[in-house]
Amino acid sequence: MNKTLIVIQREYTTRVKKKSFILLTILTPFLLAALIVVPLWLATIKSDDQQTVMLVDQTGRYAGLFKDDASYRYVPSPADSASFYSEDSDVEAVILIRGDLTRNPRNVVICSRREVPADLLSYATNVLNEQVRRDKLAATGINGLDRIIEDVQSEFSIPTVKRTAEGESSTSSTTVAMVAGFLFTFVIYFFVMTYGAMVMQGVMEEKTNRIMELMVSSIKPFQLMMGKIVGIALVGFTQIVIWGVLLAILLSVCGGMLGIETAASPEAAMMMSGGMPPAAPPSELDEAAAAILNLPYWEMAIMFVIYFIGGYLLYASFFAAVGASVNEQEDSSQFVTPVVLIMLFGLYAAMYSIENTDGPLAFWSSLFPLTSPIVMMVRIPFGVPLWQELLSIVLLFGSALLVTWVGAKIYRVGILMYGKKPTLKEMLKWLRYK
Amino acid sequence: MNEFLIARHIVKRYAQHTALDDVSIAVPQGKVFGLLGPNGAGKTTLIRIINRITAPDSGEVLFDGHPFQADDVMNIGYLPEERGLYKKMKVGEQAVYLARLKGLSHAEAVSRLQHWFRKFGIMEWWNRKLEELSKGMQQKVQFIITVLHKPQLLIFDEPFSGFDPVNAEILKREILALRDEGHTVIFSTHNMASVEEICDEIALINHSKVVLSGNVNDVRSRHRSGLYELTCTAGQLQTRPGSYEVLRHSSADGLDTYLLRKDAALSNSALAALVAADVELRSFCEQMPSMQEIFLKVVGADAPPVPEAANDK
Repeated sequence: MNKTLIVIQREYTTRVKKKSFILLTILTPFLLAALIVVPLWLATIKSDDQQTVMLVDQTGRYAGLFKDDASYRYVPSPADSASFYSEDSDVEAVILIRGDLTRNPRNVVICSRREVPADLLSYATNVLNEQVRRDKLAATGINGLDRIIEDVQSEFSIPTVKRTAEGESSTSSTTVAMVAGFLFTFVIYFFVMTYGAMVMQGVMEEKTNRIMELMVSSIKPFQLMMGKIVGIALVGFTQIVIWGVLLAILLSVCGGMLGIETAASPEAAMMMSGGMPPAAPPSELDEAAAAILNLPYWEMAIMFVIYFIGGYLLYASFFAAVGASVNEQEDSSQFVTPVVLIMLFGLYAAMYSIENTDGPLAFWSSLFPLTSPIVMMVRIPFGVPLWQELLSIVLLFGSALLVTWVGAKIYRVGILMYGKKPTLKEMLKWLRYK
Repeated sequence: MNEFLIARHIVKRYAQHTALDDVSIAVPQGKVFGLLGPNGAGKTTLIRIINRITAPDSGEVLFDGHPFQADDVMNIGYLPEERGLYKKMKVGEQAVYLARLKGLSHAEAVSRLQHWFRKFGIMEWWNRKLEELSKGMQQKVQFIITVLHKPQLLIFDEPFSGFDPVNAEILKREILALRDEGHTVIFSTHNMASVEEICDEIALINHSKVVLSGNVNDVRSRHRSGLYELTCTAGQLQTRPGSYEVLRHSSADGLDTYLLRKDAALSNSALAALVAADVELRSFCEQMPSMQEIFLKVVGADAPPVPEAANDK
């Protein structure tokens, strides 16, 4: 059996069998699902408890506008009373209207012995605002001004369509493309950081355990390094697949349980369907669904795998070389920090590139190998010229192979060097060792 | 003599210093070869070259009669001076892993390991994590891993360090048993007493060069000092110019003990005849130099004097 395979097997099985890995892999989807579902669930249970709100309207013009809903019951009262604010009172808040609001908006105040609930405040503001607007419009004396203004303000959304010279067209959605691209970007970023660091830990473990000398007398350092990098990548794949499957199951189960309520609230439905912006009115949902179906899926999937492999190889080799060069965890930071900064820069560049996917920042950072795996993924859903994709991939894999080669050389010398922390200059010198 | 491993004119330079300067050694088949030298002399570098961990700048290595190839490392078992295994892995699991890296199949590795674990009485450690074992126990495990794939060449770097005398004795027996089975052993140590007990041949490296090599007995007789100790029951010895000189004389319980220095020209039998004429001999013994003395004499000649304790690592 090939020795690299034996190493891959060990790196994989020892990590996957660890209790911490099993716990993290199983619990994280529950946590994520809880993060999504619990707020929705809380939003639905709140309505069970109807609160009383006293209305003290000295003008008598506004009290009738407040309609009871699931959260609040509005009870008119002739006068304010101290008993409303006692500890054992079931009154949540008191709305005091002291005069004509069209003249002075400060004539209304909401009192409560606790903080005034935000939804009550916004409901009252809306109701009164609307009435004041009507009153003011009526005061102008122009007939039908109401409808004229409504007509002027009617909102419309511009559908976006992607077209080519041949006349093909498909519904596209900028928002959906943004979300899809950023999702892939974030997965690559997360994976490279987490598992790259794991490669470094693994190498340092072997070095500090002093097992290296034994290992390199049975296997070539390059085989050992590649075995570790590939083995850990497989651990990552396993984790991501389990997370994806578990999360999908959990969300669909929870979604089914909350189905009735979520159908009633479009924002919730949208959150369930993958974090589309709540700003989109329900009428756009169908268009969004069409846009999701029209994304360049095959291109995205293939490019994701390509950039994923290239980016991981590039960074993991680098991390392996760092792990081999240093003797202690603390020493690694002088090499790792600049790289983490570059990755963070890539993440920010990706965020800004969403705004302008063909701008110079997006263009250059999607060609630069250290940031291209992160940035290119947000551009692909919007369509990227083939030559840019190819150039970026060639640059990425070229530098990944270079870093692997250099990393392997540094690794080979570094793993047997104990004692003081090496400088960059010494590490470059190691490249020339036979 | 049939040489299993020959290294010729090995040169290895690092940025600041030369680790090995035209070093040649010949390790005979089926013998224990002692690789001696003070700290930093270049022993570890030579061992790493023999293990193909690093390559020499020039020179060649012949392994079992053919030029050294990458696959030859499968035929080497190496116990490094820096011991170390995966601390978090179970003992049996990692022994199987390391054996598989040396080319054994899974089943073969398990059956051989079980044999060795039973032999050392450590079968109950199989499913324990390495970090739960004491240092001596870990060393036993590492020794088993070194010899498990039955390599033709075994390299032990300071094998006895960290062992109590009982376990060191067990290990010594195992090493000699492996030699008797036909394995060739390279044995690197600072402990000169163990060299006399175990090694057949030695090479002493100092300042990146081989300064002394050959059969242990030859080396010792080459460094004969011409000193003799004899005990006798009657008679007296006086210095005889041109033949011998009495260096020391003591008497106790009716026994006289003399330390003589023989003149180089005189043979042993002539000396024996001379003294036998004067005294009633009880014993007559040539003082062979110990390896410790030879080491100190050769290495100490061009180095600052080494304190006794530091040598006995």
